[in-house]
Amino acid sequence: MIITDILIIGAGPTGLFTVFEAGLLKLKCHIIDALPHPGGQLTELYPKKPIYDIPGYPEVLAGELVDNLMEQIKPFEPGFTLGERAEGIEKLEDGSFIVTTNEGTKHHAKAVAIAGGLGSFEPRKPPIKNISKFENKGISYMVKNPENYRNKDVVIAGGGDSALDWSIFLADVASNVTLVHRRNEFRGALESVDKVKELKDQGKVKLITPAEIIDVNGNGKLDSVLIRKNNNPEEDFNLETDHFIPLFGLTPKLGPIADWGLEIEKNAIKVDNTLDYQTNIPGIYAIGDVNTYPGKLKLILCGFHEATLMCQSVYQKIYPNKRYVMKYTTVGGVTGFDGSKKEAPKAVVKAID
Amino acid sequence: MSLDVNIKITDREGNTHEVAAPTDMGMNLMEVVRSYELVPEGTIGICGGMAMCASCQCYILSDTPMPEKEMDEEAMLAEAFYVKDNSRLGCQIPVSSELEGLEVEMAPEEP
Repeated sequence: MIITDILIIGAGPTGLFTVFEAGLLKLKCHIIDALPHPGGQLTELYPKKPIYDIPGYPEVLAGELVDNLMEQIKPFEPGFTLGERAEGIEKLEDGSFIVTTNEGTKHHAKAVAIAGGLGSFEPRKPPIKNISKFENKGISYMVKNPENYRNKDVVIAGGGDSALDWSIFLADVASNVTLVHRRNEFRGALESVDKVKELKDQGKVKLITPAEIIDVNGNGKLDSVLIRKNNNPEEDFNLETDHFIPLFGLTPKLGPIADWGLEIEKNAIKVDNTLDYQTNIPGIYAIGDVNTYPGKLKLILCGFHEATLMCQSVYQKIYPNKRYVMKYTTVGGVTGFDGSKKEAPKAVVKAID
Repeated sequence: MSLDVNIKITDREGNTHEVAAPTDMGMNLMEVVRSYELVPEGTIGICGGMAMCASCQCYILSDTPMPEKEMDEEAMLAEAFYVKDNSRLGCQIPVSSELEGLEVEMAPEEP
């Protein structure tokens, strides 16, 4: 069991900055994120793109902002559960919570801060009628264990990096790899595109373009996919295969959090914006893009503000009788849980002889 | 003189709305749809307008002259679902006076 003061769901900029504000109040944080790395959308969608409205930064790359936030929160030693999705929540009698991930990891926290952005990133599933019938029975949306494909026939669909990279990797593992894409052009690192072309010329990867998988068939488990070439029904043909891996990137979904009994409006969690961004369940807060209130703007800078006020509220909830006034970091410095201390240099008082 | 253009937008339920879209606010078609709340918030413009998702995909129904697709849009449409020959990403279409009389239909939401 992981024990912490504030359990943050979502390692995007808002979630990361929460660790800093909590740390100033000597509250410990632990972060869960479905992605294998911190940064949320910034890392997943647009790491190389600039952001112009972070106060004090005329221009900063999204990936750079994440790196800076990680550096800023380092003294407060946040814990991370990455690559797992928050699934279940249980409120204990003392008002604390146990949050369990899809992998069964349990977290015990005094407060929960949902900083889930647009939701957790999940694979995009193509709209093929019978596709759900064969999920985990020949069809999967990600490659978890490449060994499962050893000496098997594999069909991969998609035109981005993951489709290219897995085609390259599985070419040496599977007996046959067929890559199906709607266009002749691929969007991926140039070297991956070149490598796939090389494997195609060597006969190690079969390329079918422009084409699309329009149906999947089998009896209990997948045994063939129906491929439409050139958007022409007359060219439809069946291809026998053991596995079909559609790789169309990721899309964010609110997911299991939607079933936690929180008030949801417009695909976002309603919070009290007059005070502390608490949800309808006391002790559960929602900050950043995932929340909504009158006048809400989905901006990183608003998420930072929300995180800051929320931490004050959590502090008062945990220590209802403790006197406390907010202190500027310039005055109080930053004392990390790792023993580090940053503070403004003291003014020198020295007489001139 | 009005700075608005008139656009007909058919939502995902098949209802057609005639809306006035400002040409002086740097808006794109995805943002027009959001500003009139023609599809539920949270199901459109998910990537914020970077041509990185296809949640604002629409079909161009009129023969209004449209700006050329750039690389990002082409690439995203190559991986989007429900794509037709007349598919565009709304976020990549700036609202300009040339769009007067445009008719579009929103593509279905992805599963």
